[in-house]
Amino acid sequence: MMASKESESLAPGGGGLAFWVVGFILLIAMPLLNVLPPEDSWLHLSDFSLNRFGKFLAFAILALGLDLIWGYTGILSLGQGVFFGLGAYCMGMHMMLTIGKESVYGSDLPDFMVWNQVKELPFFWKPFYSFPAAVIGAILVPMLFALVFGFFAFRSRIKGVYFAIITQALALAAWLVFNRNDTNLGGTNGLTDFKQLIGYRLSDPGTQRVLYIVTVLCLGGAYLLCRWIIRSRAGRVLVAVRDSEQRVTFSGYTPANYKLFVFVVAAALAGLAGMLYAPQVGIITPAQIGVLPSLEMVIWVAVGGRASLAGAVLGAVSVNYGRSILTNYFPELWPFILGGLFVVVVLLFPDGLIGIMRKMKERMRMGKAAAASEGKR
Amino acid sequence: MMPSLGRMVAILSMVGLILFCGQDWVAAADRPADAPPLSPVELALTQVASEDESVRDTAIRTLVEQGDASLLPQLEAIRANADRSIRQAIKPLMDSLKNRANLKSPSTDVRRSAATDLGSAGKAWAIPWLEAAAANEPNKWVRYTMEESAALLKLALDDQTIKAAAAEKLGELYSQNGVPAMKKLVAIGESAEATEPQKIVAKAAAEAIHRIETWGDWSNAIETFFRAMSLSSVLLIMSLGLAIVFGLMGVINMAHGELMMVGAYATFVTQEIFKAYLPPSMFESYFLTAMPVAFLTAAAFGLALEATVIRFLYGRPLETMLATWGVSLVLMQAARVYFGDLTAVIAPTWLSGGAQVMVGVYLPFNRIFIIGLSIICVLAIYLLLFRSSLGLRVRAVMQNRNMSSCLGIPTRKVDAYTFAFGSGLAGVAGWALTLVGNVDPGLGQNYIVDAFMVVVTGGVGKLAGTIVASLGIGGLNKLIEPSFGAVYGKVFILVLVILFLQWRPSGLFAMKGRNADS
Repeated sequence: MMASKESESLAPGGGGLAFWVVGFILLIAMPLLNVLPPEDSWLHLSDFSLNRFGKFLAFAILALGLDLIWGYTGILSLGQGVFFGLGAYCMGMHMMLTIGKESVYGSDLPDFMVWNQVKELPFFWKPFYSFPAAVIGAILVPMLFALVFGFFAFRSRIKGVYFAIITQALALAAWLVFNRNDTNLGGTNGLTDFKQLIGYRLSDPGTQRVLYIVTVLCLGGAYLLCRWIIRSRAGRVLVAVRDSEQRVTFSGYTPANYKLFVFVVAAALAGLAGMLYAPQVGIITPAQIGVLPSLEMVIWVAVGGRASLAGAVLGAVSVNYGRSILTNYFPELWPFILGGLFVVVVLLFPDGLIGIMRKMKERMRMGKAAAASEGKR
Repeated sequence: MMPSLGRMVAILSMVGLILFCGQDWVAAADRPADAPPLSPVELALTQVASEDESVRDTAIRTLVEQGDASLLPQLEAIRANADRSIRQAIKPLMDSLKNRANLKSPSTDVRRSAATDLGSAGKAWAIPWLEAAAANEPNKWVRYTMEESAALLKLALDDQTIKAAAAEKLGELYSQNGVPAMKKLVAIGESAEATEPQKIVAKAAAEAIHRIETWGDWSNAIETFFRAMSLSSVLLIMSLGLAIVFGLMGVINMAHGELMMVGAYATFVTQEIFKAYLPPSMFESYFLTAMPVAFLTAAAFGLALEATVIRFLYGRPLETMLATWGVSLVLMQAARVYFGDLTAVIAPTWLSGGAQVMVGVYLPFNRIFIIGLSIICVLAIYLLLFRSSLGLRVRAVMQNRNMSSCLGIPTRKVDAYTFAFGSGLAGVAGWALTLVGNVDPGLGQNYIVDAFMVVVTGGVGKLAGTIVASLGIGGLNKLIEPSFGAVYGKVFILVLVILFLQWRPSGLFAMKGRNADS
């Protein structure tokens, strides 16, 4: 039943136009609205808004990966925050090192190390002097980590609730470790106070604009990658694993390999998201990688619509937009709304916003068809 | 530094002292004849604030030998007006007098802490007090502390034979407190210019240290074991409800921690009601009353949760996890908004304090209580599952839901009752946790991931799995904590659990079946 619905949405053609329209708005219209209209014009998009939107789009990249693994393959990972954090910390470490003498204590070492009386740069910080190494690390480190973790998890056929619990424990453990001072990752305060990225000042709106555009391009690339995976033969196996792993096994496939593959891809996308997040937000702390943030990521996908790539992007942007508005005006209310979202979406709208939109389209088409048939009569 | 005679006289007369300084302290000769003669204590009281150190010391000596705690108010008054160095000189005197009086207090705790204070203050004059008090002391552990303190003080005396005897005594007492001082004595004995008596003392001290350290290893092992048992019991109480629901419905209730929080707040509310409406004499019994209250409140919450959310997600465990997580967020925030962050349950007096079973081994009552409670819970669940008709149905549904349904067992009702029962157990866990921590909205979050791990490791459908897994995880946690630290200990356990699941993918005691999916 699910499979037949899936093949519909997988069919080529539909959504192509929407991709280009959304791409145009995000990539060209929004930066232009930021630059061209005068500041007091209603068309003007403030630097703050553009930057905030860039952050949401970085989250959307992560949501795409999570959708691959949860929506399409049916594996609930409650530890995506860890991979996000690994990517963000890799980039954050690079930016900490480029602060150089501008830091509060004027030392070559990051401030928190001076504070913790660390005399020499720990060995694992050293590669991050180089920008390319940081970019590669931000994607490769989460992938490697996911490869090892996933290998052991999928090899022994840990799945379903078991896998969710194990990944949640992973998120808790990572949060605990990142919070420590003796791991030399900044402890509770995380990494912050970044000054520049490859020579460009982060406080300059122009730099942020470029970062935004890079984020949009990465999101587009990630979307195309995911779509390509979904439409490939491997993608069909992934959906089959979700719907009946047993039958996949009996058909001669090894589900564990496919699962491991998609888990690693999701981790890479989460790392990429973290890498783009850190310079735009200017801080990365353990609070972004714990149990609760990892669960919130799942709700982005659920709200947008599982097993729909557009839904993942839509969910990540809309939930975070709602969060940023609501926590501003009603900070006490947000946990109620977030909790309510979990319940309501799961109970009433299992296909999320995309599902609602599809249904409305269907209604309209049915209505038109009915009207047409009546007109004929 | 000796101040000049004239200056001293001036100062003394300024503070209203009429006396004469001489080599020996003769009761003031030239004071007005109409005043009654001063007793030695009264005289000392007047001299204790003297600038002259030797005068002051003699006065303090007199006060220690002849005074008692009744002088404290007067000393306090003197101290209030004196300058810093005198205040510092009088302080130990006052402490000694106070503690001396406290040695005779009716409360064992007061007696014991007085003995400890006297021992650590390092004033040799307390030795006869302690020895006298120890001779009449009925309580074993207070007497122990008194003897230990006396020996500690003797260790600091100059006489080498007394020193050696004191070291031996400390060794007999397995006194950890004596080790630092004795280590110094050993070091003195080993130095090149040590005299023969010093070497004897050093030998005695070294023997005592060895004895104490051997004992210390044992008592440490026992305490670690106890802490491990205590943590395991907490985990067990929390996991039992979770595991039963997981076994029956395949659902991990992510709101389990918040149901515990509900139980804890129910305890808190019961306490407040007792405080407000019932006579104080009944206050002590609030804690036991709160147990059924916590159980029923949490069970009611669980029933409502089952009826409104879980029932509709049957057969979709991952969705259930997300939905129950949402519920947990709402419950947590509701508690935060309604109760605020500062609420504490006062443990009843019969659960505060602890029992000393051996030297260096102190077992708090609340932990013992929790260990006992976990055993009772396991027994109750065992009886319910294996000796009641509801339990029979629960087990039937666990084994084969469809078949049970065909045989006329109302499976949905069984689900609902079991879920409510599991939630009630969470409430009881919350009730018990009020003994070891504050009641706050985050209460459920502290241990809950560990409890999930216990359920996953333990496997589905067997009580024994949960018991073994919580003993294993709780025990390992405390065992490796000293060497790894709490954080790396947790990480280590996660790695162990993952490796363990390599060997047993669905936990310790998996249901055996022919289903290829299981």
